[in-house]
Amino acid sequence: MKSLGFRKLKNAGMTLVMVASTVAVLIPLILIFVHIVRMGFSSISLDFFTQIPKPTGETGGGMANGMAGSFILIAMASALGIPIGIFGAIYLAEYGGKRISNVIRFGADVLSGIPSIITGMVAYTLLVVPLKGFSALAGAFALALIMIPIVLRTTEEQLKMVPDSLREASLALGVPLWRTSLKVTLRSAMKGVMTGILLAIARIAGETAPLLFTALGNQFWSRKLNEPIAAMPLQIFSFAISPYEDWHRLAWAGALVLVTLMFGLSLSARYFGRAKKQS
Amino acid sequence: MPSDAETRRWKLERGVSGDYIFKGVTVLFAFSILVILLLMIFEMVGESLPSMRKFGWGFIAGREWDAVQGIFGALPYIYGSVVSSILALLIATPLSVATAVFITELAPNKFGGTVAALVELLAAIPSVIYGLWGVLVMAPWLQKTVQPFLMDHLGFLPFFKGAPYGVSMLAAVFILVIMVLPIITSITKEVLLAVPQSQKEAAIALGATRWEMIRMAVLPYGRSGILGAVILGLGRAVGETMAVTMVIGNNPQISLSLLSPAYTMPSVIANEFAETTSTLHASALMEIGLILLVVTLIINALARLLLWSVTRERKGGSRG
Amino acid sequence: MNTKVKIEDLNVYFGQNHAVKEVTLGIPDNTVTAIIGPSGCGKSTVLRSINRMHDLVPAARVTGKILLDGADIYGKNVDPVSIRRKVGMVFQKPNPFPAMSIHDNVIAGYKLNGRVNRAEADEIVESSLKRVALWDEVKDRLKHNAMDLSGGQQQRLCIARTIAVKPEVILMDEPASALDPISTLKIEELIEELKEKYTIIIVTHNMQQAARVSDYTAFFYLGELIECGETKKIFTTPEIKQTEDYITGRFG
Repeated sequence: MKSLGFRKLKNAGMTLVMVASTVAVLIPLILIFVHIVRMGFSSISLDFFTQIPKPTGETGGGMANGMAGSFILIAMASALGIPIGIFGAIYLAEYGGKRISNVIRFGADVLSGIPSIITGMVAYTLLVVPLKGFSALAGAFALALIMIPIVLRTTEEQLKMVPDSLREASLALGVPLWRTSLKVTLRSAMKGVMTGILLAIARIAGETAPLLFTALGNQFWSRKLNEPIAAMPLQIFSFAISPYEDWHRLAWAGALVLVTLMFGLSLSARYFGRAKKQS
Repeated sequence: MPSDAETRRWKLERGVSGDYIFKGVTVLFAFSILVILLLMIFEMVGESLPSMRKFGWGFIAGREWDAVQGIFGALPYIYGSVVSSILALLIATPLSVATAVFITELAPNKFGGTVAALVELLAAIPSVIYGLWGVLVMAPWLQKTVQPFLMDHLGFLPFFKGAPYGVSMLAAVFILVIMVLPIITSITKEVLLAVPQSQKEAAIALGATRWEMIRMAVLPYGRSGILGAVILGLGRAVGETMAVTMVIGNNPQISLSLLSPAYTMPSVIANEFAETTSTLHASALMEIGLILLVVTLIINALARLLLWSVTRERKGGSRG
Repeated sequence: MNTKVKIEDLNVYFGQNHAVKEVTLGIPDNTVTAIIGPSGCGKSTVLRSINRMHDLVPAARVTGKILLDGADIYGKNVDPVSIRRKVGMVFQKPNPFPAMSIHDNVIAGYKLNGRVNRAEADEIVESSLKRVALWDEVKDRLKHNAMDLSGGQQQRLCIARTIAVKPEVILMDEPASALDPISTLKIEELIEELKEKYTIIIVTHNMQQAARVSDYTAFFYLGELIECGETKKIFTTPEIKQTEDYITGRFG
């Protein structure tokens, strides 16, 4: 027979184990965060935002071309991925039969679990090979493939929460279904949809693997969309594995900027998410 | 939602072709998901064919990888991926589940929420940044402290033989643990939140302590969902590219020692695919990618089915 | 007759909400006491304070005393876990553990005291299931999942699980409200038999049920105990007008 004392002791012991696990989970994550902030702040300067990387051996330089490149890639990927995601979600929420919708949902979930490096390989065979060269276009395409399932699933969840009475009210006024979907259903779900879009952008902004053999990276400014383009994650990668102290510092500065962007996006996504719940 | 009949009536009465076009666009985009998925598989298979024809099943068992002589075998990469992911999961799973239990069952309301939010924020950090930290901070630390310690005290085991390189299988396992922790924790948290209060009350009313309640009612009820979370974490670990590439040392050898450098499937693709020396080389990398794709497809399909069944139960209310 | 449970000046608050007000009530040994009253009158809240289930709700605050055999269960050094071993509870909706077999469900609570050998476990399972008249229905499929049972069977399984712990008092929170009439009848017969060994307190919104199964009845309204006494008397000659109105169906 176990005494109550023993059982309480076990309860206390297991509680301790769970608290210790939580601490063990948080410590490395906090360490990473602290390192990024400390190293990042000591390395960042105005040059970082205005200069392009200097050749090896020279000090200074920045990631201006990487930031611009990332911005261009994200903008192009969004232009392709967001409409596909949203319209696909409208199909699932408004038209799709139960079975086919489930198949598409399942496909989207599975797609978002595919390693991004494979997305990069596919973009390579579909765009880089036929266009005979690494390009911003191919990079944006790979990133769009990653965005689509995220936008689609979050948008669909939001559309499903819009009450039917709202749709019916609009239809009863004689508004055609397509205008109802866009102007009434989608608009009233807009905050939630924004959350999904922000999360998707946060995700692709840090993606490196799919850009390795699509956008490739560029030490200089790129002028055309059909040539290789720099991107911040790519620069952080190549600087981090380089043997030069000065480039390591640039990588930390880049990490700080990227993480700040991520947290900014996550927090605004949370803000939109919360506003939705309250209304 | 308006029924099909209603939709049709609208079209008849108003003669709107707008609806027709609109629906067409949504259908096209929704199905593009499936097209993309199939296209991916099709492309990967197609590009792998030269390598498949040349090496057959031997590709999976081959240990040699020589781009100059055109001999390609994937075993060291498969080995590295399997070992690093499995070890990472073995360490991360108990920690994550315990943390999720802490958040949902033990922590006072606000504190648990803070921990959960922190964990979720950290899940958003890009893998290249984990890699940056891994290669510049963690690997040197391992080299100076952890690895010598392991060699001194556990050096008689084959797992801890060799020189301390820093970048190693051990470093890859550590970085993977850190990266999958937030994922498994946050999904497990969702799963545990779905455990009905009535189940917990049943255990409590039988005179269970809090831990006994967790073991009796909470964990068994959530087990398939937790399994789904772990499998999803496995999918993430297997496919993780940048961080692992930066810390594993990228040496295609099969060594029992966790201290020696190793290589994984995504890493070899990341390192070599942009600069292949021959069609066969590219095709061999494609085949590695195909193996990776098939494995992650299976893993993700399994995880989603498990997690779907959990959320469906939650929505469906009581059973029986 | 011995007073098994004595409630003295009980108040329960949920945040700002004063759910139970100054309740004092004695419950005799080996009887069935029914707590009746309209929805939201605090009857479940009173019941749940008798085995300290409110400890689970952070916002809940309990004042006053509840004496079990003369000792305050809200006393300083009293462990709620040991109280719940003596005061078992059956819930409104059957809640067997879905991941366990019928056998394992019955023994789940008993096993908390330590490892039980097979023979002992089998004996406890058999006697508990016999006591709730479920043995003959399930003896050939003890290893089956508990969710395979019908709702009524599940509820009897939950009662078996409760009595396997060998409690002294059993609290029942509308135990038959989710069941069909035949299952309800079986549960009522069971309550009748169980009172030989246990003290039973049952919350019900079904007045016929209260009249059928209970020896004593307490009527609650808006968090206050309005009237209590022998069931026969409460149902035939209530002293207070509100009780009479409720019993005769004029409100509630």
